[in-house]
Amino acid sequence: MAKHHVSFTINGDPTEILCETHATLLDVLRDELELTGTKEGCSTGDCGACSVTVDGRLVCSCLMLGVEANGKAIGTVEGLAKGDKLHVLQEKFLEHHALQCGICTPGFLVASKALLEKNPDPTETEVRYWLAGNLCRCTGYDKIVRAVMDAATVMRGA
Amino acid sequence: MRYEAPETLEAATALLAAEMGIARVLAGGTDLLVQMKTDMVDPALVVDLKRIGEMRTITKAVDGFHIGAAVSGAELKEQVELKQHWPGLVEAANLIGSTQIQGRATLGGNLCNASPAADSIPALIAANATVSIFGPKGRRQLAVEDVVLAPRKTALDKGEFVVSFHIPLRAKGMGDAYLRFIPRTEMDIAVVGAGIGLKTDPSGVITAARIGLGAVASRPLHVKAAGDALVGSKLDKAAVDKMVDAVRAACKPIDDKRGTIEFRIKVAGVIAARAAAIAYDRART
Ligand SMILES: Cc1cc2nc3c(=O)[nH]c(=O)nc-3n(C[C@H](O)[C@H](O)[C@H](O)COP(=O)(O)OP(=O)(O)OC[C@H]3O[C@@H](n4cnc5c(N)ncnc54)[C@H](O)[C@@H]3O)c2cc1C
Ligand code: FES
Ligand code: FES
Repeated sequence: MAKHHVSFTINGDPTEILCETHATLLDVLRDELELTGTKEGCSTGDCGACSVTVDGRLVCSCLMLGVEANGKAIGTVEGLAKGDKLHVLQEKFLEHHALQCGICTPGFLVASKALLEKNPDPTETEVRYWLAGNLCRCTGYDKIVRAVMDAATVMRGA
Repeated sequence: MRYEAPETLEAATALLAAEMGIARVLAGGTDLLVQMKTDMVDPALVVDLKRIGEMRTITKAVDGFHIGAAVSGAELKEQVELKQHWPGLVEAANLIGSTQIQGRATLGGNLCNASPAADSIPALIAANATVSIFGPKGRRQLAVEDVVLAPRKTALDKGEFVVSFHIPLRAKGMGDAYLRFIPRTEMDIAVVGAGIGLKTDPSGVITAARIGLGAVASRPLHVKAAGDALVGSKLDKAAVDKMVDAVRAACKPIDDKRGTIEFRIKVAGVIAARAAAIAYDRART
């Protein structure tokens, strides 16, 4: 099986790996780099648990080959907290009880961060549409939406 | 499986043409990777087109927009000028999947995946798009409605791929729209889709109209008779009724869990009439 030499940054850190051709970016993150914050739900693009950013764009890491990451800047949920200091979104998810089992949570956090970077003051409708590709079996979404709206307010400094 | 990411059209064609086994080009991968994972296809060679400059850019020229076939939906959405000219086309492209899917999905992939239900194809038909194809014999152009022949089957020959889409500039009095019917508001495959592009004179009389339909036949359709039914009218009821009849006459849908034949034919008319009303409004403002 051919292996490719792939270099990219993850949450700002330069990283180099040898990658099987058929391995997805999700496989690379979880199995090679042991960054298991990114979750696998469906592996077919439907659930959003595997959400990461690639050069700032939100994508499903299960639908991208690892070799495609060459030269890119990858952002994962591990990049949110700074040491022990949680990101505002993480604090607000805890405060609003926006998770139960938690398997969807990394995907929601990464997707929400990408939204707020693009649109710091979204309406509730905008939040719901942006997150339509993230599925949650537990919470019923309402608490997640409230947590994101609250985090947006705090991050705007309002 | 081999992976290549050439930087020129010529290199991509040479790789594809030389492969003896199954070769696939890779754009956003949102169809291809799903198909590989579900064992629908097991390519010996994957050629990633995203490092070819012409395929990744949108340019506006005197003759219209040239949209690279490997531009993502998220990038299309940020093209303010394209959206002003062809809001229906950009809306159709942005209906594809979720935010995450939009980050990768391309127009080239949506077309060449050759699904009868692909959302952007009726809108591209309505916008009178032509595709620029590159292959071992060089470049050729094809009307967008002539690319998909049947589910999973295109008019592309071995070694050929779509480089870009060309759509004209919107002249005064032109408007477009795309609507689809799905059982919920997001993340579903069209049960019926209709794209309409039309042109009006200063008094509001329609002088030309193009209607594209999705998910009602084995491939996306350009229904010329439906467009012609609107010409000479100001979208009055008689003309719309005639258009709806022509739309329904062109439908040859399948029965499946998401819609019966009868339902799809009925809804195609309803959706086409609603899209025509939006396109007409846009043409008049
Ligand atoms: C969760 C989810 C939701 C979806 N929702 C929708 C939806 O609502 N509406 C819809 O229409 N589709 C939907 N899709 C399907 C898919 O996202 C679209 O068809 C998308 O536009 C495909 O583009 P891509 O760049 O990802 O294609 P790829 O997967 O890269 O390619 C698709 C096929 O086309 C070929 N191809 C790609 N580019 C070219 C080219 N330039 N020239 C020749 N051949 C080429 C590839 O070899 C492959 O066979 C969805 C998919 C997922 C996973
Ligand atoms: S695991 Fe990628 S979308 Fe579900
Ligand atoms: S918290 Fe369990 S799936 Fe969302």
